[in-house]
Amino acid sequence: MSVIVLLIAVSVLVAGGFLIAFLWSVKSGQMDDDYTPSIRMLFDDEVKDTNHRQNKK
Amino acid sequence: MQERCYHCGAECDEKIILDNKFFCCDGCKLVFQLLDENGMCQYYDLTNMPGMSAKGKYASEKFNYLDSEAIQDQLIQFKSGDQAHVVFYLPQIHCVSCVWLLENLSKINPGIIHSQTQFEKKEIKIIYKPSAISLKELVQLLAFVGYEPMIHLGGNDWMKRKKVNRKQLLKIGIAGFCFSNIMMLSFPDYLSANIEELGTLRPFFIYLNLLLSLPVLLYSAKDFFISAYTGLRQKWLNIDAPIALAILVTFGRSVFEIVTQTGAGYLDSMSGIVFFMLIGRWFQDKSYDSFSFDRDYTSFFPLGVTAMEAGKEINKPLSKIEKGEILLIRTDEMIPADSIVLTDGALVDYSFVTGENAPIEVPKGATIFAGGIQKGRAIQLEVVKSVGQSYITELWNSPILKTEKNTEKSFVHPWSQYFTIVLFGIAISSGLYWWMVDSNKILPAVTSVLIVACPCSLLLTVTFTYGNVLRHLGKSKMYCKNASVLEAMEKIDTIVFDKTGTLTNHEDTHLEYIGAALSVEECIAIKSVTRESLHPLSQLITQYFNSVSTLKAVDTIQNFVGKGTQAYIGSTEILIGSSSFLKMMGVEMNSEIVGSSVFLAVNGIFKGVFKVNHIYRQGVGEMVQHLKLKGYQLYLLSGDHAAEILNLNNLLGSDVTMLFEQSPNDKLNYIQELQNQGHKVMMVGDGLNDAGALQKSDVGVAVTDQTHLFTPASDAILEGSMIPQLHNLIDYAKKGKLIIILIFILSLIYNLVGMYFATRAQLSPMVAAILMPVSSISIVSLSALLSFLLFSSLRSRS
Repeated sequence: MSVIVLLIAVSVLVAGGFLIAFLWSVKSGQMDDDYTPSIRMLFDDEVKDTNHRQNKK
Repeated sequence: MQERCYHCGAECDEKIILDNKFFCCDGCKLVFQLLDENGMCQYYDLTNMPGMSAKGKYASEKFNYLDSEAIQDQLIQFKSGDQAHVVFYLPQIHCVSCVWLLENLSKINPGIIHSQTQFEKKEIKIIYKPSAISLKELVQLLAFVGYEPMIHLGGNDWMKRKKVNRKQLLKIGIAGFCFSNIMMLSFPDYLSANIEELGTLRPFFIYLNLLLSLPVLLYSAKDFFISAYTGLRQKWLNIDAPIALAILVTFGRSVFEIVTQTGAGYLDSMSGIVFFMLIGRWFQDKSYDSFSFDRDYTSFFPLGVTAMEAGKEINKPLSKIEKGEILLIRTDEMIPADSIVLTDGALVDYSFVTGENAPIEVPKGATIFAGGIQKGRAIQLEVVKSVGQSYITELWNSPILKTEKNTEKSFVHPWSQYFTIVLFGIAISSGLYWWMVDSNKILPAVTSVLIVACPCSLLLTVTFTYGNVLRHLGKSKMYCKNASVLEAMEKIDTIVFDKTGTLTNHEDTHLEYIGAALSVEECIAIKSVTRESLHPLSQLITQYFNSVSTLKAVDTIQNFVGKGTQAYIGSTEILIGSSSFLKMMGVEMNSEIVGSSVFLAVNGIFKGVFKVNHIYRQGVGEMVQHLKLKGYQLYLLSGDHAAEILNLNNLLGSDVTMLFEQSPNDKLNYIQELQNQGHKVMMVGDGLNDAGALQKSDVGVAVTDQTHLFTPASDAILEGSMIPQLHNLIDYAKKGKLIIILIFILSLIYNLVGMYFATRAQLSPMVAAILMPVSSISIVSLSALLSFLLFSSLRSRS
């Protein structure tokens, strides 16, 4: 049965890891804006295009 | 078919073509070229015609005041070595393209290191190198691409809000973590048929639970204890007091059971309740971030002005401006303080102050009031009163406004008081009963009653219902400051309207021509002349002759600033302007027309008058009738002259009290008089002239046609197009209380069930653990359902 103690300790630790991740994300301001990131992720990267231009020059 | 501008979507009068694309003006073309050169045409791919019209807007000297160090210090949040951080409010942000362009500004100017927007708050944070680009150049760039920042005296209040928000999230996160883990660890206890089977694992589970409940008690639930304590110190039992008591009793009893090894306690119920209540508060408090409800005059005034000292232009922060100083006010700049006009050409738009939007000509030597916007050329002024003492700003210092608003406590608190009294009654009587029957069960029975019947369901009902109502109102474009506005709205019996901009539409003006009929030739000539001028009235006349498509070249044109225009087309002379201008030019006429109007003479002969009429919003009449039926007393306070009284009588009915030529102070005093008579007043108005009245009234509703425009301090912001729906919106806001009562009855049933177990001293942790989430979830979903049903029935009515 003592393996359950170990398993529970691990599960609480894992959950605690997620809690810490959440606390960190709130403190670093990731939750301040819950709309713009959804727009931002739709932008295409233009990296190729700009490289092309620079090569020409 | 008319081509639309590739940049801003405006109709193109002139054909400016570049790369097979049409542009309405050179400004828009320049912005396009700039973006094209930097390979940023994705701006146009993301949204069709995303740009802001750049027509006649850009004046680079406008931002000269940003060179002043004192002003820079106010704006820059953080500066170290080669980096500076600054945040601007950009009300123009409206689409995906905006976000894309603003976040790629570094492609245009390498001095910008990073820029990040917040769409809902309409803010941009820019990190830049002050050595490579000055603050002024940065703002000029933003303004050039069409996003001119709003820079005002009373700027950054947003930092505080953000901090509060984060703390609330942290508390919810911790409570959620602890709640779910405690719940999981409690399962073996509930589910095993024989507790003995668990053996040594049981104490391990229980003590782990106790450990997990500590952060909930000490951190997440902190606000309840603080609020209960401050309430009790003021000898006032608020809703948090019984909640705090229930949390403490639950925790105490659980610890007792654990230590004496008689049970597992109710720690899962306790943390669950705290978690749900915190979510409820967060749900109710989610605010409209892009609006500000607490603006005083400082938000309307510019941060800096140009002063003249010894013939030189000096940029000064507005707060340093004193009596006797000479100011230079350019086109489209605001007059920051009551002053005397020193030069010719003052043409002032007081629409901000009075609601009247036709510019007024102010002669040299006359007094000009703060809050007006100069429409003519640059003028010089001598300040006679400091900014804080000017006519319009003095309103805010009025002692009438110093009294606090909405200090009345929510109806929830008295309810929770009755609730608490009944609760104690039950607890004491069940205690007495067990004292006579079996004294071992006194403590379990009494504590169970307190655990089960905590008024948290009442708090949940209130927070979620108001949260839902606020959201639905927001969908109908009525944005309330907070939930207490809804309660205040419920008590309203009197509604006061402003006229201009509230019942009429600011933008929608209707031009009426009174006088001798005009020939086609004359129409063409007039349009050819008026389209040369940027004066707002000329533009209205140009629009009036929309059907005229042919135009003629104007041979000579002479503008008399603030007076009118004289122009020749061939041999035809056109005179357009004020009546005094026409008289000055030797035109004979007699016309008595009040209000904003433009006089016209062709070849020296008076032809007629273009009169500007405001159009009343459609459906205003019906809305007023509905409100009357509901028993509201209605008033109209207008800063305008009484010329419209007949129209208004027809529209609103003669039983609406109407007062004209009301100064901002008159309005404020009138509201106070109504309140002194015991009325609860809602003020519906716009502009600075209503600012005092909006603030004094029990519910101040600021009307705006563009939500990004500044509205004075108010309790709610209503989009102008929704004015005809006002009666429905008020109705819906009032329904909140009905929903709360209905759901509260439901939660009483849950309480009775729990009480049945509790008074028999039979409340097992499992019953508590089932009852708690079931009641919370059903309350939340019922509240959402009811508020949605009522809202959709309101929509179908409109």
